[in-house]
Amino acid sequence: MNPALVLIRGNQLVHLSPVDLVIIVFYFTLVLAIGLYLKQQANTSEDFFLAGREMTAWVAGLSFLSANLGSLELMGWAAAAYQYGILAAHWYWIGAIPAMLFLSLVMMPFYYISKTHSVPGYLKLRFGEPSRTLSSISFALMTVLMSGINMYSMALVMKVVLGWDIHVSIWISSITVAVYVALGGLRSAIFNEVLQFVLIWAGALLIPILGLVETGGFSGLKARITQNASAEYTHLWGTLGSFNNNPMGIHWTGIVFGLGAIISFGYWTTDFLVVQRVLAAKDLRSAKMAPIIGAAFKMFVPFIVILPGLLGIALLPVKLTGEGAAVASGGHSYNEVLPLMLARYCGPGLLGLGITALIAGFMSGMAGNVSAFATVWTYDIYGALINRKANDQQYVRMGRWCTILGVLISIGTAYLVMQFLSIMDYVQALFSFFIAPLFGTVLLGMLWRRATPAGGFWGLLAGTCSSIAMWAWVKLDPAALRYVALSPHARDMAENMYRALWSWIVCVLVTVLVSVVTRPKPVEELGGLVYGVTEIPSEGQVAIYQRPLFWAAIVATVFFVINIVFW
Amino acid sequence: MKAGGSISIWFFIGLSLLMNGALIFGAGLYQLVHPPEHPVVLYQLHANIWWGATLFLFGAIYCYHFAPGRRQIR
Repeated sequence: MNPALVLIRGNQLVHLSPVDLVIIVFYFTLVLAIGLYLKQQANTSEDFFLAGREMTAWVAGLSFLSANLGSLELMGWAAAAYQYGILAAHWYWIGAIPAMLFLSLVMMPFYYISKTHSVPGYLKLRFGEPSRTLSSISFALMTVLMSGINMYSMALVMKVVLGWDIHVSIWISSITVAVYVALGGLRSAIFNEVLQFVLIWAGALLIPILGLVETGGFSGLKARITQNASAEYTHLWGTLGSFNNNPMGIHWTGIVFGLGAIISFGYWTTDFLVVQRVLAAKDLRSAKMAPIIGAAFKMFVPFIVILPGLLGIALLPVKLTGEGAAVASGGHSYNEVLPLMLARYCGPGLLGLGITALIAGFMSGMAGNVSAFATVWTYDIYGALINRKANDQQYVRMGRWCTILGVLISIGTAYLVMQFLSIMDYVQALFSFFIAPLFGTVLLGMLWRRATPAGGFWGLLAGTCSSIAMWAWVKLDPAALRYVALSPHARDMAENMYRALWSWIVCVLVTVLVSVVTRPKPVEELGGLVYGVTEIPSEGQVAIYQRPLFWAAIVATVFFVINIVFW
Repeated sequence: MKAGGSISIWFFIGLSLLMNGALIFGAGLYQLVHPPEHPVVLYQLHANIWWGATLFLFGAIYCYHFAPGRRQIR
């Protein structure tokens, strides 16, 4: 489901007043001014691509979370909550928290100590050039295509919510992003992600607050949802004992092993868009604390994303439907729940702030994709394959130029998607092919010193090919769903989860089998890359509350309590 | 983290909250004097007034605390 598909129908949802427009214009002015200001701080490759590695834990942590919290996700998950109930919160809890804590405590030391500039860069150090090439080319392609899809989706949202011309939205937002990222590099992208994070909370927090006032609290909300839909919509785990007992058509094994273990770990520990933010931390302790800080805030994001969707079930006077039905009947689709709730409670000024938060989310998502693309292209393709003798200034120049190139390719993708809407589904499927096998490869690389370069490459390739094969099988023969997702009643989300699980298993098995019959790298070449041959700096004599493990334990405890409370 | 030179990220965020808070608060006051023809749900709570004031207050604190030239706390 894609919120962009909402929006093909016209019927402007809200009307902006002059004060709303001033708020939006102020935002654009501020981000451009910041980009100009930060240009003086982006003159070396370390500055441009890794923000000088001087981010504090708080800044790295908030931007780590914010890089993922784009407006497409905000609108999409509010829509999912309307459609599937509180089950959608799994993507913010079991689908994120364990993985973020694992990244912090287990993987960050290797990413940080290796001083790699990217995840493909780590693969090069650990497994050699073939693994890096496979990963970097696929990542660069996916990232810039996803950026274009996000841009098109934003333009479409602005068209239907505000009545803005699609082309104007695409070009104004793209040029703004191109300017501030090309000037200030990752520092500028990170800064705007932190700003976006604050704006999202400032703009969206009123919806759940006023919604709970209107329903008479959470118990009143549950009562209304039961009346309007079903009590199944308010249980996080209680309905997952069978594929048929819940709105999502999934079993708890899919949530725990598919989403919780594989998809979430694959995304949060290897997607360079988010990992890059943590690599920019000023020291190892900050790099470990950043994902923990991100996890703490992530746990409360459902309050501004999932809760509006649930409030929509309880309070909206019209019933929202799937996209096709909405187009046929002239009604509203699930994807419109967040703009509808925004329009319900937010008058002049507040509406402008809410819209600014959505715009900021789209733009920072695009900036994140473009800055990650620029880094991977410059280091892992240009520097590794095209010009191996490039100096630091050449890297910076290439970084600026391919930022602009990345934006132009994104614009091209946006126009392509305008013509062929189904491309969106294919690009999102493309993303899913790589993420789980990549996690398997990186995990084995960090924890098993016997993993060989040949094992790493063939495992990654086999896992990816198996994911593509399963996807194609279900596409060509929908009955195959009973084998891939273990039930003929499984829905798309369930299929994605199980496919991730199987492709991860294939990747790990092939990596192990090939590794045992091929030659490993000498131990002396694995320092800083693998558990057992890496000296991880001691934290020294610090108080317990200064240790990342302490705060990880706090976050994990709250995570368990939340899951029990909403059982 | 400093955005560059002597200006902290949090100062710029304070600036954003200050400006947005002032605009929203002002819009709320205007609506109090000139009630809208088609008010939003729960209009009587005047959310734009107290929310705008809250953002303005946070913005002012951040701008003061992280003002350029003052001692920065990372």
